[in-house]
Amino acid sequence: MSVTQQDLANDLNPRSFISTLSVFDWVWAALLVVGTMYAYQQYAVHMDAYEVGILFGTGIALIGLGWGWKATRVFMLIAGLLSLIAISQYGGDLGQADQRFLLKFLISSQSATMWMSALFIMATVTYFIHLFSGNEFIGKVATSMVWSATTMGTIGLLVRWRESYLISYDYGHIPVSNLYEVFILFAIITALIYLFYEMKFKTRNLGAFALLVISASVAFLLWYHFEKDASKIQPLVPALQSYWMKIHVPANFVGYGSFGLAAMIGIAYLIKDRAVTNNSQSAIMARLPSLEVMDDVMHKAIALGFAFFTIATVLGAMWAAEAWGGYWSWDPKETWALIVWLNYAAWLHMRLTKGWRGKPLAWWAIIGLFVTTFAFLGVNMFLSGLHSYGEL
Amino acid sequence: MSNKQTHRKVWLEFLGSMNLAITILVALSIASIIGTVLQQNQPYTNYIIKFGPFWHEIFRALDLYDVYGSVWFLVLLGFLVLTTSVCIYRNAPVMLKDMKHFRLNVQEKSLRVLHNFNQWTLSEPTDQTEQRVDQILSSRGYKLRRKQDGENIVLAAMKGGMNRMGYILTHTGIIVICIGGLIDGNLPLSVKEWTGKLKVETRDIAAKDVPQISRLKPSDSASFRGSVTIPEGSGSNLVFLNVRDGYLIQELPFAVELKDFRIEHYQSGQPKSFESDLIIHDDQLEEPLKKTIAVNHPLVYRGYNIYQASFADGGSVLQIAARPLFNKNQKSLPLEGKVNSVKQLETINGMLSIELNDFKLFNIFPAEKNDPSGKKFKNFGPSFTFKVRDEDGQAREYVNYMSPVMQEGRYFYLSGMRRSNADQFKYLHIPADSEGSMERFFKFHAMLNDTQRVRQTAEQSVDIALKASKLPDASMRDEIIASMVRLVGLFNQGGYIAIDKDIRDKVPADRQVKVAEAYLKILQNMLQGLYLNLLNSEGVDISKGISPEDNRFFEDAVNGLAGLGAYGTPFYLQLTSFEHRQASGLQITRSPGKNIVYFGCLILIIGIFMMFYIAHQRLWIILKPADNGTEVLLGGAGNRNQRDFAQQFEKLVNLFNRHLP
Ligand code: HEM
Repeated sequence: MSVTQQDLANDLNPRSFISTLSVFDWVWAALLVVGTMYAYQQYAVHMDAYEVGILFGTGIALIGLGWGWKATRVFMLIAGLLSLIAISQYGGDLGQADQRFLLKFLISSQSATMWMSALFIMATVTYFIHLFSGNEFIGKVATSMVWSATTMGTIGLLVRWRESYLISYDYGHIPVSNLYEVFILFAIITALIYLFYEMKFKTRNLGAFALLVISASVAFLLWYHFEKDASKIQPLVPALQSYWMKIHVPANFVGYGSFGLAAMIGIAYLIKDRAVTNNSQSAIMARLPSLEVMDDVMHKAIALGFAFFTIATVLGAMWAAEAWGGYWSWDPKETWALIVWLNYAAWLHMRLTKGWRGKPLAWWAIIGLFVTTFAFLGVNMFLSGLHSYGEL
Repeated sequence: MSNKQTHRKVWLEFLGSMNLAITILVALSIASIIGTVLQQNQPYTNYIIKFGPFWHEIFRALDLYDVYGSVWFLVLLGFLVLTTSVCIYRNAPVMLKDMKHFRLNVQEKSLRVLHNFNQWTLSEPTDQTEQRVDQILSSRGYKLRRKQDGENIVLAAMKGGMNRMGYILTHTGIIVICIGGLIDGNLPLSVKEWTGKLKVETRDIAAKDVPQISRLKPSDSASFRGSVTIPEGSGSNLVFLNVRDGYLIQELPFAVELKDFRIEHYQSGQPKSFESDLIIHDDQLEEPLKKTIAVNHPLVYRGYNIYQASFADGGSVLQIAARPLFNKNQKSLPLEGKVNSVKQLETINGMLSIELNDFKLFNIFPAEKNDPSGKKFKNFGPSFTFKVRDEDGQAREYVNYMSPVMQEGRYFYLSGMRRSNADQFKYLHIPADSEGSMERFFKFHAMLNDTQRVRQTAEQSVDIALKASKLPDASMRDEIIASMVRLVGLFNQGGYIAIDKDIRDKVPADRQVKVAEAYLKILQNMLQGLYLNLLNSEGVDISKGISPEDNRFFEDAVNGLAGLGAYGTPFYLQLTSFEHRQASGLQITRSPGKNIVYFGCLILIIGIFMMFYIAHQRLWIILKPADNGTEVLLGGAGNRNQRDFAQQFEKLVNLFNRHLP
């Protein structure tokens, strides 16, 4: 190893994070600052103080995301750029969606969402081929498909946001207001969390499993779209017209996405665990990450989910305090959020204080996903309450 | 140790045990699930219908209708607070100590058995090495302590002690949240109820008649959550607190007046906003406070939060024409009534009371699939809801629309009827005539009830048939006419169902189908005859046949007439005009515990992140003077993720490799 004296000295100089940033990092920050300022200057008149806070908070968060996880910058740049192109193609006229080639086939919100769906499903298949064949190149293709799908999904949501305003000014709202929209959000966020772990733990062979839960949500999305005609942009009921929605819903979906991912890793864990006890010599099994790694990633996913779910629930309570007159009403949705939360709190305690590892926790993570799914979907479908917005 | 102390210890151990904690978490989850599956705080009669009296009693005794307000649920929450407190009580001192304590008393033996261990032998003096190690570890954020142990130097390093603080913050947060929740909960109310100072009112009486025992003064309650419906132009200085199957009255130290209530709609027809213009009257105010509230935009006044929660009719004045049914006389009777009032009407069925229950200015429904306007939603216009109760107390509920509604290209006046709340409305469709009114339909109906006229029509058609010698025997003329009249009567009183029943009762089974066919033909003939009469009397020229529109009207009218028998009232109430008055449903709350809860949430979240993302790591270095140099022993341990720590340790070893000579 050839190390200069200078390197060695630098090595020991406790350097601040800021000084490790490259020129490109600063360009990135400058870009976001300019973008945020532009948005502020254009739209400040339509925003209340909280929304301005959210705008700047988002700008800062995106700078941080780009600094901390460099790969996301490419994703954010492409998604942002294509969305801006779509918006400019629309001009002020929603009818352009059928006129302009780019919009019609690629980046109107409908088309982008369809691309996202197709790419996620293709990525799932490709990850399986990768897992079965062990071919690294195929694995890389799968990863880039997930990135592309995530990009298309993000474009889908961003452009949809604009489209809602094109329908009519008073229709306009951030597209996280109904099941159709949040399913796209779920797919994107889960994919991003997975990509992060893939990068960090070099676990491309988990992709097949992780993408299963995303494909399931895509399947639901497509069913919802084609059977229920759910993709139409609807105006917001009064109860949803609040800046809280902008932060409560995304925080929730970081939670749901992480829990979904943890359950998928749980499945992979159990399969591998079985192979190990049966002394299987299967190459496929050998390709899956070691039990320790999966156990670890599962724990990390649940911890991340738990932290964000806690934030989301608290934000939900604060919103409820403002909209319904009480931060806690034992409304079914709230109550099920509590159940989900208690469930994962118990999971974490078993691991940390009782030293549980592996199999039981993997099972529990899978069961946890059912509980979470019920809290997310089942409550809206089967139980009545304030969240069904029946009254106002 | 004394006996008492051991007792205490055992108790603390039990209360602070993880097993108890997990048990409580699971129990709370299950209880919560019950509360969401079983709809809470419904009127008891609903439960009796659903579960039967036996299970109803059991469920009621177990407080399953109000799980979250029940004593046992509160006890569970209490236990959660208790175990968490005991847990903190037992662990916090240890952890605080752990945060500060560097554990310098480490033995070489124990260091060597650590998972993460490495050693070097250097050819420089111990003090130089110590300096290097100090520098290396400081650069990575470790804090160091040193001890001379005989010849050896022991260094203990530590980082991430805040992880332990995270534990304390998280669990304290839970306790703080529960305390805040308790302050805002209904425990004080329950206590007053148990001690007999308060009684839940279950009668449906005016607020001013509710006795003192069911009323709370402003100073009586630190926190509450009540609701009140205020009509436009009036005010209220109290709210109702729903308690199980009854309510309490909470008085306010000020009065809220509703000046105006507005609903705005999107172009699609869905509601866009609900707003109330309020005026607060308070002796403490120089002049009344005016403020508009909307959903998501409450008013906070003197610690009271006033929310837009719902809306209702505030006593709109309705002008109604009561059209008599089953009567050849069509003269309608004018009625005037306020929503929420009761009218008496003397009818052929005896004295009926009409309870005017609601008025709606808009009725937005999903549009038909191929609605020509292409809209997804459609406004059916004003409607009013009423109940008709007979002398025995039996009631049916009706909803009548003021204007005709387009369905399948034609206009109909809709009137829905149901026997109980649990049923869906069944709709009577009254076709609108070319003027858009109900006149022609009701004229037609009156003709059916004009026996004279029906007989004449029957005679005419029989005579024509006789002349054309389609009928074999003139002697049967009267009999045939009588049965034709009877058939129309049956239809008029009970529609096709009545005729069907008549056939089943009187005709042998093998001939029923044939007879039914014949009857229907005769009936059709009769109705057509009457309808032609009607058109004639209206001056419609039918010499060139009946126009397709009039033909359609006939078919629609016959369908409508067939439904009148089952409609259940001897009159039809037609809304002719109205004066709309709305009421706003306000929720008024006081929750002094709110900020405590938010504070608890804040430290909970901070604590969770500290616990998850700061790892408490310890390193120990023993520097042993060896011949001509130093032996370095490095061992480490982390309290969180062992894999992560092992990786970090490896990096550290690499760093040592680079910087130790
Ligand atoms: C709703 C109730 C509770 C919640 C949400 C909660 C939350 C948490 C969380 C998130 C952790 C960190 C777990 C991890 O790092 O993986 C934790 C750790 C812990 N909790 Fe709780 N907790 C609760 C109740 C309790 C109770 C009642 C006890 C006492 C029996 C307890 C004892 C502990 C202990 C001993 C740790 C380990 C701390 C450490 O060693 O770092 N918790 N808790």
